[in-house]
Parts: sequence; structure tokens; C-alpha cells
Amino acid sequence: MADTIQLSRRSFIVGTGAAGLTIGILAACSPGGGETEPPIANGPPPPEVNAWVHIGVDDVVTIRIARSEMGQGTLTGLAQMVAEELECDWDKVVTEYPTPGENLARDRVWGDFSTGGSRGIRMSHDYVREGGAVARMMLVQAAANRWAVPVEECSALNSVITHTPTGDTVRYGEVAAEAAALEPPADVPLKDPSDWKLIGKSVNRLDTPGKVTGKQLYTADIVLDGMLNASVRAAPMRGGTLGSFDASAIADMPGVQSVVQVDDTAVAVVADTWWQANQALQALPIEWQPGEGSDYSSSAFEAELEAGLTTTGQTFPGNMAGDVETAFAGAAQTIEASYTVPHQNHACMEPMVAIAVWTPERCEVWCPTQNGESALAATAEAAGLPIEQCDVHKQLLGGGFGRKGAADYVTQAVLIAKQMPGTPIKLLWSREEDMQHGFYHPTTKARCEGALDADGNLLGLKIRLSGQSILSGLMPQALMNGMDPYVFQGLLPSGLDPRAEDQTLKYTFPALKVDHAMRNPPVRPGFWRGVNANQNAIYLECFMDELAHAAGRDPLEFRLAHLQDSPKLAAVLTAAAEGSGWGNEDGLSRGLSCFYSFGSYTAACAEVTVDEDGKLKMHRIVAATDPGYGVNPQQIDAQVAGSFVYGLSAMLHQEVTFENGEAQETNFHTYPSLTINEMPDVETIVMPSGGFWGGVGEPTIAVAPPAVLNAIFAATGKRMRHLPLKDQALR
Amino acid sequence: MASLKVNGKSVTVEADASTPLLWVLREHLGLTGAKYGCGIAQCGACTVHVDGQAVRSCVFPLDAVGEDSEITTIEGLSEDGSHPVQQAWVELDVPQCGYCQPGMIMAVAAMLEANPDATDEDIDYEITNICRCGTFTRVRDGVHLAKTKKA
Ligand code: FES
Ligand code: FES
Repeated sequence: MADTIQLSRRSFIVGTGAAGLTIGILAACSPGGGETEPPIANGPPPPEVNAWVHIGVDDVVTIRIARSEMGQGTLTGLAQMVAEELECDWDKVVTEYPTPGENLARDRVWGDFSTGGSRGIRMSHDYVREGGAVARMMLVQAAANRWAVPVEECSALNSVITHTPTGDTVRYGEVAAEAAALEPPADVPLKDPSDWKLIGKSVNRLDTPGKVTGKQLYTADIVLDGMLNASVRAAPMRGGTLGSFDASAIADMPGVQSVVQVDDTAVAVVADTWWQANQALQALPIEWQPGEGSDYSSSAFEAELEAGLTTTGQTFPGNMAGDVETAFAGAAQTIEASYTVPHQNHACMEPMVAIAVWTPERCEVWCPTQNGESALAATAEAAGLPIEQCDVHKQLLGGGFGRKGAADYVTQAVLIAKQMPGTPIKLLWSREEDMQHGFYHPTTKARCEGALDADGNLLGLKIRLSGQSILSGLMPQALMNGMDPYVFQGLLPSGLDPRAEDQTLKYTFPALKVDHAMRNPPVRPGFWRGVNANQNAIYLECFMDELAHAAGRDPLEFRLAHLQDSPKLAAVLTAAAEGSGWGNEDGLSRGLSCFYSFGSYTAACAEVTVDEDGKLKMHRIVAATDPGYGVNPQQIDAQVAGSFVYGLSAMLHQEVTFENGEAQETNFHTYPSLTINEMPDVETIVMPSGGFWGGVGEPTIAVAPPAVLNAIFAATGKRMRHLPLKDQALR
Repeated sequence: MASLKVNGKSVTVEADASTPLLWVLREHLGLTGAKYGCGIAQCGACTVHVDGQAVRSCVFPLDAVGEDSEITTIEGLSEDGSHPVQQAWVELDVPQCGYCQPGMIMAVAAMLEANPDATDEDIDYEITNICRCGTFTRVRDGVHLAKTKKA
């Protein structure tokens, strides 16, 4: 067996002249894992019909996908949308990723590459479908021209164009070259949703086969000619920098080629194999310089969060309605509760990884990224080259969850490669590095107060959020007069921030005050699947449960009484409750929650038991979601169940704590992820009501933890308000 | 120099005796199906078979592999993806990102080889692989579907 996997199809020439380096690299563009390679046809392939569609003479339809696939199924969903309008044979569809460099060179013809915020489909559905429709119209026009008949007499179905009066037919592949030469039509009507055949259908994913045979390549599996491997270590304490290291101490270790300073904070060992590089790195004597934040202790920071809950100092108003003070003054009963949600790490199954090749003329990168364009910008910046002389070949992500929207690992790979011109460098992070250098889910606390009248009606609600703002850490330019509106995700009023209309509160309360005391620890925050909806749903939905019980009312009825202005959220809540048999006396304890985020309506009913020793068993969660349109219901089901694993892992087991600026959880033994024996059955009710496009990958994560926490209370009478549950007695 | 039997073929590798089997497979033999996820036997992404047993190859040093041991990786589980577990996985679209799945499939295949009638309790006990995408409901369904299939 050869050391180098011989990869076919595409050859990238890196550099120029005699120093030029040819890299035999595959199918960097074939996310389906080699199995989707179109058969090679005779003669030169026809040009693309348009940017979205290429059709070979063999009728293979290649659909271009701008967004990243990281498991969430966007690749297949987007292909379904193009194919719907294209009227092509679905069995002949393959996909490829255009590179961000190509996008740049073509005036961003594929639009935005960024894949986060559950936006992959909902923000591109129109132009993607239009891309398919334009291609179909050009193909039909080409056939009409060939037959010299009016285009109105022709129709397309299943990659075949028919001239209706004569019954003549021609295949797409036969007219693709002629179609490509035509002007695209100006007026492109799209199908009415009631005519969709492929959108809304549970087709199988296009990228599954390679994932069960080992043929699917991820970045770490790619081998380039002459490639060396790197393992990196950055200062483990927040704010730390690299002081010194003694390269001579490891120079003789097997395979070691070079020890390079990456930047002010990190050092890398480059070796023949990654195992050698990582072994040598562990043996490398390194002195770190502490800096700002190097004394950070998350347990000490709890006191600051706590103080934020009651501060009369600066707070940002998020959602104010009615006269909340009068409501509390006139209450027959007030209740109060505080909750805590800790830092989390993404811990993608695939650690950070990137391959870079640098020459003075050109830099190319292969990497998993949720944002090809920002990875390209990072490449160019680190390479010190004009962006036109760089490109990024996006690979399938082994999970992203928000982590791989950042390009820190890309920058590192390029900075290493730049010190070894012409040599491809594969940088792979150890899991320990991944745990130490995350973009962590912010830590927050909330204090909730409710005012009830003598009849159990809610008069007013206050929610004080205290904790970290993601925007102030990552993109302070997006703050509104210092306020981070995204902190209020799912609790926002309509109209406060036009960027967040898909994250508003759907309950109507007579009086409401939601505000935020910003408390930023020296930990870089990140967008972690579901983002702030995770904790906000716990705060709101657990407290709604507490209010219902204080009011002596049924938690379902109590919620519905405040959903009079949101029939859609009421509908999913009712569906989840009924689907689970809410009110049944069958030995199971049930808990509810509902939430609106990323433009979708979601609800869950959890069924649990807690035994006498306080051992939790989650039997089943019935979930309902209304994402407006559902492109592939079986994949929506997969995302619901998958998001529950992510959210429940955090609720049950996971937190990242910091002492002396260092993350204390270094691998899965101290940051355990939920396993199959803990996994409840998940029954997903997909109920798209049409007329809007909501997200799928993230919204449902928010409803699982509060539903389970409320079910635990139903079982035990004890409220669990501080996460994770690990080490806490449930009874 | 060590001699190994991988996917039915005898091979020799030039690697330090302490090198974990995972990295021998990935970096010396070009068999990249088994994945690195943790390096400390916690996640199962690196699972391969040694004499039919599922082992976490990231902590299995080269010199612990006997010369006559039969090593099977995901690439050698079947010639063409026709192993019952692979068939079931395709039918149910079990993988999401897929990164954990070679290990998951190898763990399931070893379990079913030893226990073709594996129950839910067996699955709970035997399958301890981590999947951050959260494919567990389909993994469970996939095991039960695979039991009904023939190679
Ligand atoms: S990589 Fe071997 S168990 Fe995680
Ligand atoms: S499918 Fe992505 S980690 Fe399991």
C-alpha cells in the first residue's frame, strides 16, 4: 500500500515556473466521498449551463453547493431545491463545492458561503431555486431552437425535454452545450410550493455511501505529495504568550523536521507523521508568559455573575412591556428563581485541521470550514499575499456546531507553511488543544421573578440575564450602543433589531422586563449550536413551569394562555403534548417546553422517571417543529434527535471550568458526551405550515433541556436550576 | 520493521514499536477510515477489529499486535459496502457528519458478530462510542435492521 493516496480528477498547480509544485489532489470538490464522481464522458465536457448547474453529455447533473456540509444535511437539501426547479433526474445528481476563490473571481455568483445560524437553506432558497429554474429554461430553449419550434410547446421532466405536439424528445445532456451558449432569461417564475415534488420529500442523503465504507475523505485523510505533519500548542492560559522553547531538546526525536514559532502565542512541531509531531511536541520544553486573563477562575467569576443578577448599575433593556413595577406591587403572590448555565466547548468529533501550501506566489488551503470566504480571507492575510493568489478547498466537516466558522486553525496552518515554502503542511490539533482553545459557549446566570394574582393569572415577569456577550467578544462593531441584542435571543420584542426578527419572544405577557447585566470573562466566546437560545429557553421555560405550579395551573394550559398571539407556537406545543399523552397517568413524568428561534417554532414533551436513588431515565421526547417549509422531513428528524444529544450532553454532563486561566476539562474523560445508553427515543412531528422559511439545525436544541428539567421536577418535586446536573442529587 | 495482517493482506511497516495502531493504519498504510477523535480510548472513532474484537486503536501499540493477528478496518469490512451494518446504515441514513461512523460501524459489526440477536440492553452496554452529531436513535434502529440482513 502506498503512503500517498493517489487522488485523481483535479490537479492544482501551486507556484509558477520550475519551482512549481503539482499536487495530485482529488475531488476536493466531491463532498459525496468519491462515490459521486461523474463517469468520464468522451470528448471535452460541455460548459456549465449556469453557475449552479453543470450537465454532462452523459446526463450527470452536477449541482454546485456554496454552503458547507457538516452533517446537517444542507448539501442534500440545497441540491433538492435546485433539482426541483431544474426538473432533472434525481438519480443522476451529484454535487460539488465551488471554491471561495472562484466565487470571488466570479463576482460572488454563488452568494454567501457562510454556514451558521441555521441559515444554509432559509437564506438562499430563492436564488438557489432560481439557479435551477434558469438552467431548465435555457435547456428547454436550446431544445426548442434545435427543433425550430416555439418554446411554449416544449416541457421538461426528469432530464428529458418533450415537444408536446410531436412527442419528440431530447435529453438534457444532448442540449447542455447549446443551452450554455444562450443568454439567461430575465424573467424566471418559480413553482408554487403546492407543485413541489422533490422539496418536502424524504429522499436519502447524497453523501451517505462514502461515510459507511471509509471512502469519504476528511481533511485529516488527505495526503499531498511531500507533505509533512504538524501538531501545535498555544499558550494554555487565557491571554498567555509564548516565552521560549528549546527545539534542540527534541531535534533527535524520530521524524522531527522542524520546530517553528507560529505566532506570539503558539509553537508547532513539524514531522514526517502526525504521531511523531505530537509526541515530540509533548516532549518540547516550553516557557509560557502569562498575560491578561491568565488568572481567570470560572468558579470565582460566579460571584460576578451573581452580583449582576441584582445590580442597580448598568444594564441593557432587552424587552420591556407594560408597567412591571405596578404589576409586582399589586401581586397576590410573587416567586423568584435563579439559574446557571456554564461555559461549553463545541468538541466537534473532528478536531481542528487544515492543510496549507505556501509559495511566494500562491497559497492554497484544504480545510473543513463553515465559512469558506472568511477562511480564504484568513489565508490571504496569514500568507501575506493578495487574495486572488490564494484559494481554499472546502472539505466535508466532521462536525462544526459553530466552531468552524472561526479560522484560527487555518491561520496557524498557513503561518507554519509559510516558514517551509513549497512543502504542504497538515496541521491537526490534538483533542487537548481543541479543549484548551475553543470559542466557548458563554456562561450566564438568570434571575426570574413572576407576579401572580389571586386567581393564578400572571401579572408580570422579570428576567435579569447576567453574563457574557458573544458579540462584544467576537464582533463589537455589531453591538447597538454597547448592547448585545443577541443575548436576548428568543426573548426579543419585534422591532428592536431588524437582524433578529427570527429570534423574538412569542408569549404575550401583561407586563415584562428583560434586561442584561453584561459580565465578560477573559474567555473568547463563540456561537455554539443554538447559541443563546440554549440558556434563554431554560430560563424562560423552566420558570414558566415554576409559575404554572405556583399558580396551581396545568403547565400546558398556562403556556397556551399566553400564546394567544402565536397560534403557530401554540400548535407545536399542543402537538408535542398530545403526541406524548400529556396528562396520562402511566408512571412517566412529563415536562414541556416551547421556544421560537432561528425562525422556527419548536416544542418538546419529555417523558422521564427518576428512581429512588435519584437516577434519571429519559424514556422519550416527543418534539414538534414548524420550520415553515420542510425540505427533507427525514433529515429534519435527524437534526431534531441530533440536536437533543448535543443539548442534553451539556445539560447532563458538560461544563468547561477555568482555573489559572486554563480549561480544566482536557478531553472526553472530563468532558463526557451523552452515549447511546442514556439516549431517549425521539419522536419528531414535522409540521411545516408554509409561507416562511425557518431554520432546522439549531432551533430544536433549545427545547430538550427545559422539557427534561421540568419532567424531573414532575417526578421529584425538586427544581434543578444549575447546570450541568452531574454530581447533583436529583432527589 | 513490523509485519502485520491487515484486511487479509500481509504488510510490513517501518514504525516505532510504541506507535498506536491507529497511526500505523492512517499514516503508514494509508488506511484513513479509522479516525482520531480523542487518543485516549474515550470516543471510539478509531475502532477497528483485531481478531474479531473491537479495539480502540488509538491506544493499541504496534508491538501489541501479534504477527498472526487479523486486523480489519472499515475499508476491509466488506469489498463493496455490502456488510449488513453498512447496508442498514445507508438505508436509514444513519451518518450525519460521518466522522464517528467508521468506528461506530466497526463496534456494531463486532457486537453483532458475537451476538447476532443483540437486544437494546446489549446495545446500551456494548456501544459506548461518542457521536457529537447525535445519531444514536438511528444507530439503534440500524442495529436492529442489520440483524435482519444477510451479507
Ligand atoms: S480516538 Fe481512539 S477512542 Fe477516541
Ligand atoms: S455522525 Fe458526526 S460525530 Fe457521529
